[in-house]
Amino acid sequence: MNVKQLAEALKLKTYNAGAQDREVAGCYIGDLLSRVMSRADRGDLWITIMPNINVAAVAVLSEVSCVVLAEDVTPDAELLEKCVKENVALYGSVLSAYALACEINKVI
Amino acid sequence: MTEQLVLNYSIAGDDFTKAGEAAADFKTVLKKTGVPPDIIRRAAICMYEGEINMVIHADGGDAEIIIGADKIEIILADRGPGIPDIELAMQEGYTTAPENIRSLGFGAGMGLPNMKRYSDGFDIKSAPGVGTTVKMTIMLPKNRE
Repeated sequence: MNVKQLAEALKLKTYNAGAQDREVAGCYIGDLLSRVMSRADRGDLWITIMPNINVAAVAVLSEVSCVVLAEDVTPDAELLEKCVKENVALYGSVLSAYALACEINKVI
Repeated sequence: MTEQLVLNYSIAGDDFTKAGEAAADFKTVLKKTGVPPDIIRRAAICMYEGEINMVIHADGGDAEIIIGADKIEIILADRGPGIPDIELAMQEGYTTAPENIRSLGFGAGMGLPNMKRYSDGFDIKSAPGVGTTVKMTIMLPKNRE
């Protein structure tokens, strides 16, 4: 399942569509950036509540397929700007990380 | 590619909006050199972690990257406070990052462990009051285009 299909299935809010044709390989949940770089796999969907600009850099370096801000967290202006510039797929949801992961597990 | 390519970056201290720009530029360069994607990912993460460490702990520093025929070398040098106990600093989860930095998502205590994990060769030298130098080597496959 690609990012576009998953965003539609989970009714995610689109902050920046990004590379929507990328396949979602799995899921990683975390807010500590170095831990994400250590443990997330390429293609994972990354769920976080961290809304600052550094999330974009970590998403690019980790090569996750997309970032989903859980619990209705909204991105900082700087993060959104960076995601647009770097073509990072950035989405949002009112659901918790756990609830999101459960839904993702049903569809991928 | 037979010629070696040298990149130099000056990392500014305490600027978290620009932190990561050197790693991003390095990654862009690597993509043009025919290095396999998994190696690019590892090398760029190594550089990013080093860059972030210099921003957080050392008020910046200098990075030199040498992309050769058979390996990439990343040399990071700062004139920060140094690391009194390197063995302790290498443990996953150990951090001395202040709370305001941790609230940004840094300070997981994974920076140095990640650099070691993602590089093929890792060497760190540090002296309190003098600074820290980290050298990472990432091997490249033969017969690269």
